[in-house]
Amino acid sequence: MIRFSQVSKRYPNGYEALKRISFSLERETMTFLVGHSGAGKSTLLKLITLVERSTNGQIVVNSKNLVKLPRRQIPYFRREVGVIFQDHKLLHDRTVFDNVALPLVVSGVGHRETGRRVRAALDKVGLLGKERLSPITLSGGEQQRVGIARAVVNRPPLLLADEPTGNLDAQLSDEIMDLFHQFNQYGVTVIIATHERRHIRRLNKPVLELMDGRLVQDGAPA
Amino acid sequence: MKAYLLRHIQVLVASLGQLARMPGSTVMSVGVIGITLALPGLLYLLVANAERVSDEWHGGTHVSLFLRGNIDGAQAQTLATRLAKRADVNRVRVISADQALLEFKELSGFGEALDALPANPLPSLLVVMPEPEYEHPESLERMVLELQSLPAVELAQLDMEWVQRFHVILTLTRRALIVLSMLLALAVLLIVSNTIRLAILNRREEIEIIQLIGGTDRFIRRPFLYSGMLQGFFGAGVAIVLIALCLHLLRPPIQVLANLYGSGFRVAGLGAVESLLVLAIGMGLGWLASRWSVGRHLRRLHPAWRPERPRMRNFGRG
Repeated sequence: MIRFSQVSKRYPNGYEALKRISFSLERETMTFLVGHSGAGKSTLLKLITLVERSTNGQIVVNSKNLVKLPRRQIPYFRREVGVIFQDHKLLHDRTVFDNVALPLVVSGVGHRETGRRVRAALDKVGLLGKERLSPITLSGGEQQRVGIARAVVNRPPLLLADEPTGNLDAQLSDEIMDLFHQFNQYGVTVIIATHERRHIRRLNKPVLELMDGRLVQDGAPA
Repeated sequence: MKAYLLRHIQVLVASLGQLARMPGSTVMSVGVIGITLALPGLLYLLVANAERVSDEWHGGTHVSLFLRGNIDGAQAQTLATRLAKRADVNRVRVISADQALLEFKELSGFGEALDALPANPLPSLLVVMPEPEYEHPESLERMVLELQSLPAVELAQLDMEWVQRFHVILTLTRRALIVLSMLLALAVLLIVSNTIRLAILNRREEIEIIQLIGGTDRFIRRPFLYSGMLQGFFGAGVAIVLIALCLHLLRPPIQVLANLYGSGFRVAGLGAVESLLVLAIGMGLGWLASRWSVGRHLRRLHPAWRPERPRMRNFGRG
């Protein structure tokens, strides 16, 4: 699903966030991405979604060579990757329904189909009754669920989450992780960046560990 | 196709909503666009009307023959018939001394004073209109000389200079109209692109999110293009109203002036086609401006992964 070969990323200010990273992840796997803050986790996820371009090396995601992907193809590529952010990135002037519907609106899905899929996604994250509310009236855990519903609503084969439980208490964050685990069991490839080792122990999934921009562990659960 | 149209209508309505939600800045920019478009519109009408006036002059050039005092109406008529047969003359109009007096009384307001005169002091007048192909300066000059030498003619006067001047002024005004229009079109572009710029900054977060979930540039651009087009459209509407208002104020004095010259001239306003053209120009400029503005900002905006933090930590880490 994802293959990095000798990938480096140097920011314009000279900071080298990733140094010659190589790894590959199979389809339908679930992987944790760990490391201290500043180790390069977010940079890695940004390279996978083409928010940043690598300085060196080859990246292949879902059979597409990202190094060669032209700029105008990026939006279509991003529709194949669902992303969940630590700060949710919801639009607060729109309802929960409209937030979740956004990826479908963007790809031009019809009205009726949109309604059906949004309700299915909200059902999956347990927010079916709250589609008419504004995200601002929801709790942090609920907002994160809205973000997850938005990420999965157009059924991408790959799901990325950047510190999805960063601001949640233990019970809520377990629930969120279980949700990701469920999606993985439906066949979605999942990568979760986190610094909470607890989840890794609990779910027993392989780990990619970064330290100062280098890959120090690739494989077995820590 | 139907879904595509529906989506465009949705965006159009949404853009209208966006404009309505910021009534202050919308009214301001639409008003400024209106005034900016009204200026060249009025100048255009000035030129168009002036051209119509000069058309009424039938090429404009003619030679006035003031006949000697002893020539009566019948003799003047005979002379006119003879002159009309010349190859270089198109037609000749006779204004007899009596007619001239009558017209003068009517127009000058000296009616009663003139009645006090024992005899008509005005000479008979022949207005000689040359054939169009003889309307260039040399042949006209030759014609004037020949006519001047006729015994019945007191004075032959070529009324051309001011016509030429008028045409030069008209050409100049037309040129000025083009230059002014371009400058003001540029002004409209700047006005609209500025309001679009502000709208983009206001919705920066939304744009970034849409970029992250796979919205194309085209999708992001669309509401702004509609917003720009709508501003241009409403601005053009304001311009049309302003022009009509100006004409309404100017029409009566111009009518009085035209009547003084014995002309049936009526000031023409913007026709239906011209009004549609103004609307189209307004929309076109609005579209162009927002296209330009959004294009510039989209190239600069990159989706932000994390919310912006104070720049104390090393930028881009994490």
